[in-house]
Amino acid sequence: MAGQVQALRRRIRTVRSTKKIAKAQELVATSRIAKAQERVAASKPYAEAITEVLTALASNASIDNPLLVPRERVRRAGVLLITSDRGLAGAYNANAIRTAEQLIQRLKADGKEAVLYVVGRKGVGYYRFRNRPVEASWTGFSERPSFTDAKKIGDALLEAFIAGANDTDAHYGPDGIQGVDELHIVSTQFKSLMTQSAEAHFLAPMQVEEREVEGLRPAYEFEPDADELLDALLPKYLNTRIYAALLSSAASESASRRRAMKSASDNADDLLKRYTREMNSARQAAITQEISEIVGGANALAAAGSDV
Amino acid sequence: MANQLPVKVVAVEERIWSGEAEMLVARTTEGEIGVLPGHSPLLGLLKEPSQVRVKLAGGEQLTYDVSGGFLSIDADGVTVLAESATPATPESH
Repeated sequence: MAGQVQALRRRIRTVRSTKKIAKAQELVATSRIAKAQERVAASKPYAEAITEVLTALASNASIDNPLLVPRERVRRAGVLLITSDRGLAGAYNANAIRTAEQLIQRLKADGKEAVLYVVGRKGVGYYRFRNRPVEASWTGFSERPSFTDAKKIGDALLEAFIAGANDTDAHYGPDGIQGVDELHIVSTQFKSLMTQSAEAHFLAPMQVEEREVEGLRPAYEFEPDADELLDALLPKYLNTRIYAALLSSAASESASRRRAMKSASDNADDLLKRYTREMNSARQAAITQEISEIVGGANALAAAGSDV
Repeated sequence: MANQLPVKVVAVEERIWSGEAEMLVARTTEGEIGVLPGHSPLLGLLKEPSQVRVKLAGGEQLTYDVSGGFLSIDADGVTVLAESATPATPESH
């Protein structure tokens, strides 16, 4: 009986220290969400301005930029998957990876080969464990992505996309590099503190929306000319899209971690309550048994004494 | 006729500065351009690397080192968009 009390006491201690860790993680994640949301908000003005500028440009420039024209035959499609570097974030990574897998299945059904680009240690680990090739990966910034990180990714993707332009069925084309003909991005959209959803989006070739603006559209002058300007701005726009996806994913990661850690510490509370109760009743049982043993012993002695 | 020019300097990660100015001077790939209030709409790619100078009323001047930037002028004023923009140490002109 005393052994059982000991075991329960040990278990309570374990649960209590686990709870402390979970609670601390929850608090850290909470403050990170706020920071991540601030960064999302801070990146909005640029994103809005560049979208506006591109819309104005697209209606003035000829749309034969390689980033805008869908390829006739799509052989390989690049998939950029954004996951986190650390775990303990509930279903965050599982959802992102599942969405990517669904996308890959869909691409395969269309006769396209999927080429993986992965951000975050969790995604890299997933594919390495399954021995599946990853074209390129980036890690170490999933919670605090900077624009430099987005640019690195964007440059690599763009290079593969441009290299894919002259590939043929049998050969990699004159440049000898096997590129991709399409780019997709799988990231987690931060909708609210409670809802984040993993989504797949088209990254390139981009679709130009020629919005109808009310009234007269300003007649822009261009320096240099519109086509050259478009060439310079489209890669920047691609990087902005990637940056926005990284930021939104970072916010989602923290939100998801906060929720997971909150339920972990709530669960630890329940366990503590249950174990404490069990321990008390075990201790009480031990005492009761001891008393009844003493009483029984004394009675036996008394009975033996009166017999003599 | 407004004689003040609304200016926004926006980097990817944050908004750097916005307000009213007398004039904005930047260097595009084609050459230096000075923007006064009422300038016609223009889109320009900035030279790499380059400086953007914002001249405020009262003779003050803000200078930014800009990389990967471009410039958009429309009826609402001037927007300088940059991958990064940092305040430069003021030079004597």
